[in-house]
Amino acid sequence: MFGNLSLLTLQQYWWFLISLIGAFFVFITFVQGGQTLLYSIAKDEKQRDMLVASLGRKWELSFTSLVLFGGALFAAFPLFYAVSFGGAYYVWMAILFCFIVQAVSYEYRVKPNNFLGKRTYETFLYINGSLGIILIGIALGTLFTGGNFIRNSMNFSAWTLPSYGLEGALHPFNLAFGFTLFFLARAQAALYFINNIDDAMIHSHAKKQLFKDAILFIGFFVLLVVMLLVMHGFSYNAGVVAHESHKFLNNFLATPLLIVTFGLGTVLVLYALFLTLFKASRRGIWFSGFGVILVVTSLLCLLGFNATPIYPSLSHLASSLTIENSSSSHYTLSVMSYVSLGVPLVLGYIYFVWRAMDKTNITSAEIEADSHHY
Amino acid sequence: MDHTLLVELSRAQFALTALYHWLFVPLTLGLSFLLAIMESIYVRTKNPEWKKLTKFWMTLFAINFAIGLATGIILEFEFGTNWSNYSWIVGDLFGAPLAIEGIMAFFLESTFFAVMFFGWDKVSPKVHLLSTWLVAIGSNLSALWILVANGWMQHPVGMEFNLESARFEMKSFADVLFNPNAVSKFLHTIGSGYVMGALFVVGVSSWFLLKNRHILFAKRSIIVGASFGLLASLFLLVTGDESAHQVAMTQPTKLAAMEGLYDGKNRAGIVAIGQLNMEKKIGDTQDEFIWSIEIPYALSFLGFHNINAFVPGIDDLVLGNEKLSIEPAQSKLDKGKMALDALRDYKEAQQLGDTPRKENALALFRSNEAYFGYGYLDKPEKIIPPVALTFYSFHIMVGLGSWFLVLFFFVLYFSMIGKIATKKLLLYAGLFSIPLGYIAGETGWIVAEVGRQPWAIQGMLPVGMASSHIDAVSVMITLGLFAIIFTALLIAEVKIMLKQITIGPEEA
Repeated sequence: MFGNLSLLTLQQYWWFLISLIGAFFVFITFVQGGQTLLYSIAKDEKQRDMLVASLGRKWELSFTSLVLFGGALFAAFPLFYAVSFGGAYYVWMAILFCFIVQAVSYEYRVKPNNFLGKRTYETFLYINGSLGIILIGIALGTLFTGGNFIRNSMNFSAWTLPSYGLEGALHPFNLAFGFTLFFLARAQAALYFINNIDDAMIHSHAKKQLFKDAILFIGFFVLLVVMLLVMHGFSYNAGVVAHESHKFLNNFLATPLLIVTFGLGTVLVLYALFLTLFKASRRGIWFSGFGVILVVTSLLCLLGFNATPIYPSLSHLASSLTIENSSSSHYTLSVMSYVSLGVPLVLGYIYFVWRAMDKTNITSAEIEADSHHY
Repeated sequence: MDHTLLVELSRAQFALTALYHWLFVPLTLGLSFLLAIMESIYVRTKNPEWKKLTKFWMTLFAINFAIGLATGIILEFEFGTNWSNYSWIVGDLFGAPLAIEGIMAFFLESTFFAVMFFGWDKVSPKVHLLSTWLVAIGSNLSALWILVANGWMQHPVGMEFNLESARFEMKSFADVLFNPNAVSKFLHTIGSGYVMGALFVVGVSSWFLLKNRHILFAKRSIIVGASFGLLASLFLLVTGDESAHQVAMTQPTKLAAMEGLYDGKNRAGIVAIGQLNMEKKIGDTQDEFIWSIEIPYALSFLGFHNINAFVPGIDDLVLGNEKLSIEPAQSKLDKGKMALDALRDYKEAQQLGDTPRKENALALFRSNEAYFGYGYLDKPEKIIPPVALTFYSFHIMVGLGSWFLVLFFFVLYFSMIGKIATKKLLLYAGLFSIPLGYIAGETGWIVAEVGRQPWAIQGMLPVGMASSHIDAVSVMITLGLFAIIFTALLIAEVKIMLKQITIGPEEA
């Protein structure tokens, strides 16, 4: 089946899948957003324990999604993996450090004799949820704005600036990307807490917090979209990369489906915020979840399709990466495509487990009775 | 010089993260199955004591699991950050198992982990038990895919070098998946994890018995642990034999280093214990050992399943052995350089659009392709891994593995006849074997990875060519940060673990 598809079709299929994984990761970063709200929404230790317990049952999904995102990039677009990770070294390392400290913090935070103290682990969670997410946004932003790398005829690459990717943090678009993700994660976290926890005080505090984060999110999101539509971009033709003004606006106009999915996703997110803030609904997270997945998938597809480099080189235009020149071979992409047929099964059992575990919401009584709470 | 420093620092960073990661993975692999067995007994007997027992070990499992994740995420991304040339040259083969690991194993493990810990009152006992088994299966599946990737690094199969893209490309997924080296490596590695899990349960239970606390709990745990450990040790013995056979067939330099064998011979024996002569040089007439005790014929038999087989030594592999048609390393280096020259020529001809020159270069490359990686080495003796580290690591691993078999046998025997609580010496041995289990695991990986040097991909890509082009100072900084953070987290993990053990099963 997949073996008969053209190489370009397989490359597009895998870019779409990676976009979907990336979008799922962005949705699940409500875990990270929630980690930055432990002291804003919770007013005492018991409430904080409830927030951590609520996030603690989902945090591994965010971790696993990030690992899968990296693994899928490595497998499907190894040259992108090599150039970006091996070049923007400091950015990726900083992101990884933010995730190392997250992994232990849930389990160790309230355990007796935990060496670093409860506040240290909570600080780790805050760092992961703030710096980690902003840096991921900056790294994703560079896919649109470009990186300072070169590659030779053997496809060995090198970064041309000693800041190894940190310079990306100075670009307004990348920064806007980072802060959009950060405030989105916080807004979604509030939606999630309202859905997952039965506690009037937490609901009230989460709603107040949501109002602030929603405004900041919408502000950065609008800024991001405006910059995206007016920004200078790149395109390629027969392997030759060239500058193109309003590239992403042109891509939108060339692919009306993306306008529909991007628009629908945006509406769903806004509807989720409206429902929660003004209609006292607790189902906002589901609408925003689908909305975020649609918007981020659309954005990444906007980047990968319509003859657009997925990683333009600012140092040497010809070194730019596209889905065509950075992918695995036809054979490998075919093999992995068969494996990808198992993804619906994975989503199925995640849904089953999520439903089973969230059948009853988290209450203070449950936290007090649970010997293994986070 | 700067490049050498960069490569050494990159190796040090990868070694540090891998060794830290391997402090936690074996216990996850082994304890996850022990949890599943214990919970199965609970579901079958409905005896709440077994539930309490399962929950206690589950608490310890979670403490270990969390830091295993923290150290694991780094390894995947370090292939890109520190070994970017490697990621490109072999990404077509190496990336796929990693992605499949993510799709098939990580989500299984992480999704059902939540049910295992928080689902006792949210799902039925049978669904909970299924979740515990799925966590165990997920952990082991995860090991399968990463070891398929590692097995391929030890013995690359199922690929061809593509001159257009300048990388290896996969030609047969089945060859990669069923690579005999990968299969034996997977079985041997998970076996070592099962032994580690069993050692942990036996050791902690021994401590309770020595302290005269939670006697019934400890006796129940120790029987499960020792039974599982004994079976796992026997399994380890069989898979270890197959691993050694695979090394003999595909990595003769590693085998020679493992045994400190310089002068190849028929009917070669295994050095059971010995002290290497550190003054010994390739091609000289000095003895290999200052003293040693050898088991005759054993190396020929274990390596080639034939007591008369010739086992090549370091001298044969570097200098060649005409009588036995073993090619000198210098000849391989020469052919490798021809392959590299042909590759460069091919690229130039491609740019110039010179088709006949391109075809000539291609033909020359293909005829020397098998030696491609040797072209990057500057001296023949570079094909030999560090002998002392490989030799001593191997012997420590084998010695400890043998000890664990004896330990499990006696612990199980005295548990079965109801006298284990009175055997103080054996209980102390059980307790102090916990760190020995970690040492055995780490030395096993040192044999596998140091023994593969100088290659990142055996015979194809030396580590010197695999690294990223970054400055050494950057790696020095991240190496230092990793050392600090991982050490702090390790201290936290050990302190928490010890405290939870001290609290015991009732309060856990």
